[in-house]
Amino acid sequence: MAMAAENSDATADRLASLTMPEGSGWASAARGAALERLQMMGLPRRRDEYWRFTRPDDLNATQAPSAAVLHSDEGSLFSDVDRLNIVFRDGVFDAAASDDLSGEGLEIERLETATARDIHWSKDVYGVLEARGQVPVQRPFAALNTAFATDGIVIRATARVSKPVNLTYLHEDPDSDSILHFVVRVEAGAELTVLENGPAAARFNKCMEIDVADGGTFHHVRAQGRDHERRAVTHLFARLGIGSTFKSFTLTVNGVLTRNEAVIEITGDNAVAHIAGAAVGDGNFHHDDTVFVTHDAVNCESRQVFKKVLRNGAVGVFQGKILVKNGAQKTDGYQISQALLLDEDAQFLAKPELEIYADDVACSHGSTTGAIDEEALFYLRSRGVPTDEAQDLLVLAFLAEAIDEIDSEVIADNILARLEGWLVRRRG
Amino acid sequence: MLNIKDLHVKLEEEDKVILKGVDLDVPAGAVHAIMGPNGSGKSTLSYVLSGRDGYEVTSGSATLDGADLLELDPEERASAGLFLAFQYPVEIPGVGNMTFLRTALNAQRKARGEDEISAGDFLKLIREKAKSLKIDADMLKRPVNVGFSGGEKKRNEILQMAMLEPKMCILDETDSGLDVDAMRLVSEGVNALRDAGRSFLVITHYQRLLDHIKPDVVHIMANGRMIKSGGPELALEVEKNGYADILEEMA
Repeated sequence: MAMAAENSDATADRLASLTMPEGSGWASAARGAALERLQMMGLPRRRDEYWRFTRPDDLNATQAPSAAVLHSDEGSLFSDVDRLNIVFRDGVFDAAASDDLSGEGLEIERLETATARDIHWSKDVYGVLEARGQVPVQRPFAALNTAFATDGIVIRATARVSKPVNLTYLHEDPDSDSILHFVVRVEAGAELTVLENGPAAARFNKCMEIDVADGGTFHHVRAQGRDHERRAVTHLFARLGIGSTFKSFTLTVNGVLTRNEAVIEITGDNAVAHIAGAAVGDGNFHHDDTVFVTHDAVNCESRQVFKKVLRNGAVGVFQGKILVKNGAQKTDGYQISQALLLDEDAQFLAKPELEIYADDVACSHGSTTGAIDEEALFYLRSRGVPTDEAQDLLVLAFLAEAIDEIDSEVIADNILARLEGWLVRRRG
Repeated sequence: MLNIKDLHVKLEEEDKVILKGVDLDVPAGAVHAIMGPNGSGKSTLSYVLSGRDGYEVTSGSATLDGADLLELDPEERASAGLFLAFQYPVEIPGVGNMTFLRTALNAQRKARGEDEISAGDFLKLIREKAKSLKIDADMLKRPVNVGFSGGEKKRNEILQMAMLEPKMCILDETDSGLDVDAMRLVSEGVNALRDAGRSFLVITHYQRLLDHIKPDVVHIMANGRMIKSGGPELALEVEKNGYADILEEMA
């Protein structure tokens, strides 16, 4: 596909501002191939089908727009979870602040050491799942990430790993522009939880490729940082083997621009994929969930549960697709996207899609936009609950279906605490 | 306890007058019943007293122990001791019954300058109250009123009343949708709360409920005002002859 001239210029400008890190033969080849993909498709434009609701300008810009660093007295998230903590400071791995990169059932190392080796397990995943995820919908920022990622971690679970791997993304430089790439391989029968927390940078491009082998289990919970002016474009690419489980939950509180893409390919029979998100925004907040789940195996289940609470001009976007390929019989697909608008200035744009080529499947989807239930609000108030508190209860109730997707109680409590913090700060 | 004087109320959205000078005086410890034909304004009275939106008080007053109810927000009325058992209790998906009750109880205590109840004490209290209303642990854990049968919803209202210990309880057609057993259970719950310091206003269509909850005074309401008051025998008269005689007599 040929690029339009203006787009070609924008892409060339952006590429000129980036430098490809060095690596061994395989890594250079993977990065080079990603660059070619990117050059073929070009950076996104407003008229691209999947960018109609979200302006890509700030993500395309050669310089990251600055974002003030939020100084918060809120405690660090997941600190009460027994975890392996890995810290990135404005997109650079901080060895001193991180735990040792080791753990039972874990092979874990920095991306630059993995890509320096001639032979490495991550070679079969790095850029591979991203490339698969470029069809049928192009994801230029993911290709850009594979080509130019400056840091990251590769994680391989060979057994049931009890401690979650926690990626902490600190943002300290108001002008930082960070590109991180993560590769995860959950081997047959193994189990791994990955947590992510923090804004990471003024502008953050993150890509995570997750290969879950037969019978493997992968849990993912992330909280995107609260810095108001931060911008983020993230991609999850997952491939699921036979009988495997993938569960991902994202909490987004604040942020002028967030685009979270998830591309999940179910290739093995009897696999389960759940992806959920809760996003709350007040004012200058634009949050976009773009999800693509492909069923290419028999008797699999997928769930997409996305909830947004918006007020004061905040905008929410949901573009979710379930593709059931020919032969993917007994598919159980579910998708719900809902927005709770707390005033008349907020906006929710939803594009749910189902594309089904198998004849024995059960797929359902729904999308709703609504306001606080006045009857319920009055009922709570009539029992003595003050209006603010009553409204907060109803907001949390609205988000409950998404939060219920988190299996671990202690992790869910962390997420709830952050949500309650947001609600309380917005009172009065 | 509850004093209503010459209360006039119209719908906010349209020019429809519903209450046309209601006078009512419920002393402490008394049980008053209001009966009346459909559309007489009984439910409106209960909503106006509890502070629901959509009504405009054009004149008159309503006080609870001297406090001007009409000046208070619904939550302040609750903390002041007013409780409305809803005719149609609202379902609130995602909010657990226990969470709801604890939040409500603590909010009221806080508003009155009292300490919050500890989790342990709350649990003990709610188990004890729930048991007598035959509300099981499952119902307590479920979201407020979601998937509850009509009888379960009404029992849940009485549980809230028992937990919040209001001094003025308004029961809006609590008997509607109840079978005989449920009616007995609900009535026992109400009777257990009868106390020298607590008053009840029981709104009902049927004398049946008043067999269980024995009123001191029965009022007949029609066309937005109280048209007749009397003892429990007035309810029996309505049950036997309907409202026609009374309406005619008062016309």
